[in-house]
Amino acid sequence: MFDTNIVNDPETVHSEINNSSQIVIKDLWKVFGRDSKRVLGRKYKVLSKDEIQEKTGCVIGLREINLEIKKGEFYILMGLSGSGKSTLIRNLIRLVKPTSGSIKINGKNLTKMNHEKLLKFRRQTFGMVFQHYGLFPHLTVLDNAAYGLKVRGISKEDRYTKAREVLETVGLKGWEDYHPGSLSGGMQQRVGLARALANDPEILLMDEPFSGLDPLIKRQMQDELIELQDKMQKTIIFVTHDLHEALKLGDRIAILRNGETVQVGTPEEIVTQPADDYVQDFVRDASPAKVITAGTIMEPAKIILYAWEGPKTALTLLRNNKRRAAFIVDKSHKLLGVAREDKLEELVNKPEKVGKIPASALRRVPSVGPDTILEDMFSIVTKNQYPVPVVDKNNRFLGVVTTDQIFESITPTEGEGNV
Amino acid sequence: MFKFPEVVTIPLAKGIDFIMSWLLIHLDGFFDAIGFIILQVVVGFEALFLFLPWFVIIPLAGLAGWKLVGKCKTGLVFMILMFLIGSFGYWELSMRTLSLVVASVFFSLLIGIPMGINMARSDKTEAILKPVLDGMQTMPSFVYLIPALMFFGMGKVPAMFATIIYAVPPVIRLTNVGIRTVDVEAVEASKAFGATAKQVLFDVQLPLAKPAIMVGINQTTMMALAMVVIGSMIGAKGLGMEVLLAINRIEVGKGFEAGLSIVFLAIIVDRITFSFSEKKQ
Repeated sequence: MFDTNIVNDPETVHSEINNSSQIVIKDLWKVFGRDSKRVLGRKYKVLSKDEIQEKTGCVIGLREINLEIKKGEFYILMGLSGSGKSTLIRNLIRLVKPTSGSIKINGKNLTKMNHEKLLKFRRQTFGMVFQHYGLFPHLTVLDNAAYGLKVRGISKEDRYTKAREVLETVGLKGWEDYHPGSLSGGMQQRVGLARALANDPEILLMDEPFSGLDPLIKRQMQDELIELQDKMQKTIIFVTHDLHEALKLGDRIAILRNGETVQVGTPEEIVTQPADDYVQDFVRDASPAKVITAGTIMEPAKIILYAWEGPKTALTLLRNNKRRAAFIVDKSHKLLGVAREDKLEELVNKPEKVGKIPASALRRVPSVGPDTILEDMFSIVTKNQYPVPVVDKNNRFLGVVTTDQIFESITPTEGEGNV
Repeated sequence: MFKFPEVVTIPLAKGIDFIMSWLLIHLDGFFDAIGFIILQVVVGFEALFLFLPWFVIIPLAGLAGWKLVGKCKTGLVFMILMFLIGSFGYWELSMRTLSLVVASVFFSLLIGIPMGINMARSDKTEAILKPVLDGMQTMPSFVYLIPALMFFGMGKVPAMFATIIYAVPPVIRLTNVGIRTVDVEAVEASKAFGATAKQVLFDVQLPLAKPAIMVGINQTTMMALAMVVIGSMIGAKGLGMEVLLAINRIEVGKGFEAGLSIVFLAIIVDRITFSFSEKKQ
């Protein structure tokens, strides 16, 4: 649907569309204060934030932001208060007007739109969730959830049907006729989420949505959001100052400081290769066990046995490598289990000839996916004498993770950790 | 003691006098038209309040006290107060005063609420309007009562005019403050869904500012009630004129009766209008 729009729209610049990027932010500046454009002149542009403020009275909100966000990505904007993260998310929907630079969403330049087009674009594209919920206290939960549809001019009946649907999705069935004031914080934010989702937006903007909630509710909401996102696959831009939240939720994280991006990367990159001291400070108490995945530390198994080659070959292979057990796979490289030396010997010594090693002779072991974080593997490791096999969705054998590898990767490297 | 140099004079008085006489000559028809409209509204309300007999209005006041203010007892007190006014012999005059108040509040809201909305939307408008509102509230009323007389002649219309000038600032101010203090995120949420300025105003800002606006309406009503007494000096019939006559004749008791009638009216009107501002959710 959008592709045809793009072709006919004069605002589209074809050459600059990167197919995989839904949102492209280029050289974005936001300066607060009088006559803010002059700060962008050559004279001031190079100065630091404090110097500019002293000389012109203008405050830099955002400085030369360049970001690309992919469709369906869970993108985190992280920073301390005053780092410009909330300003940036408001620029994306133009609740705050950028001073210069461009924001392209689906190839359309948001910064060049007139007011009417902008309103239409907001209605079609965005849903937004706010830190303090931003609910309408004079409306019922149902009317709150239906508000975006009301703005679009959809009939009462249709919008109530849709609103009931999303309220059920966020677990608020039965609360439709209450006012938001009589709901708890967590439930109010569910209303906020339902309101944003009712429009079925392509892009979901979330401005510190969970930072006002108490820890247990917060964790629960995060888990539910992950679950929802698995189903929806929307582009989510999520502002937070909480590193753990960022690492848990984000596909990619952009860290902001004083209105500038300091580092952009996956949670793992941020934790393992912080770009500078600021990021290092941020991630100091982040547990690597929460971000490092099995896929990154796994190694190829020393030996692999093939079920169709028969017990004798397997036994020889084991003995040659001085091993007591090894993983065994079938022809399509699917993991079958662990074959032990004694069991193989039994098979070989049997009077009748055994061609293929039968499943009954193997021991089934728990496996993990490449995306499993180390923390989730602790319980497996402690109950299991073998290394943990890593398999893909089709149960194909990818590699192994040993206890030693796990502990090695979660122990801070000497020197670096003490900066 | 230093005297201010006499050479430095700004002939503001002369200028204003000149403008006044110019307006009187050239915009005579315009003021007549305004006067006519205002008069129609007052006469309409007056006809209504004088048409309804006392045995209808007293129970109505009681019902308002019971249902709106909340307690059965309040309704009873309202009825007693109204009954007392009647027993003083001021029923008709108090109804005339009431219609003057209601008519001036009607015009004050017609002007005040849109003005307050505009004030909330632009810092510049706010900066300009604030001193004007200060002036309207603190300028001794006689200063504009006389020009009003010159434009509209004696009677109800100049009294209404002066009342509106005096009574409109609170509703403007509180509409402005009410809208400005609406939860920022609620407004942002509405905008984020692509709501137009009008949708934001009617869906979010006005409903959330309603308690503040209601306080403004209550204040405007009270000030209008205070002002109609002065209005009686330029020929608007009502309780105020009775107070004036009593003072001139040094009839202390009569003055108190008329004065108390105004107070009773004020209490009833205040409680009823205030009840709107604290509407329970």
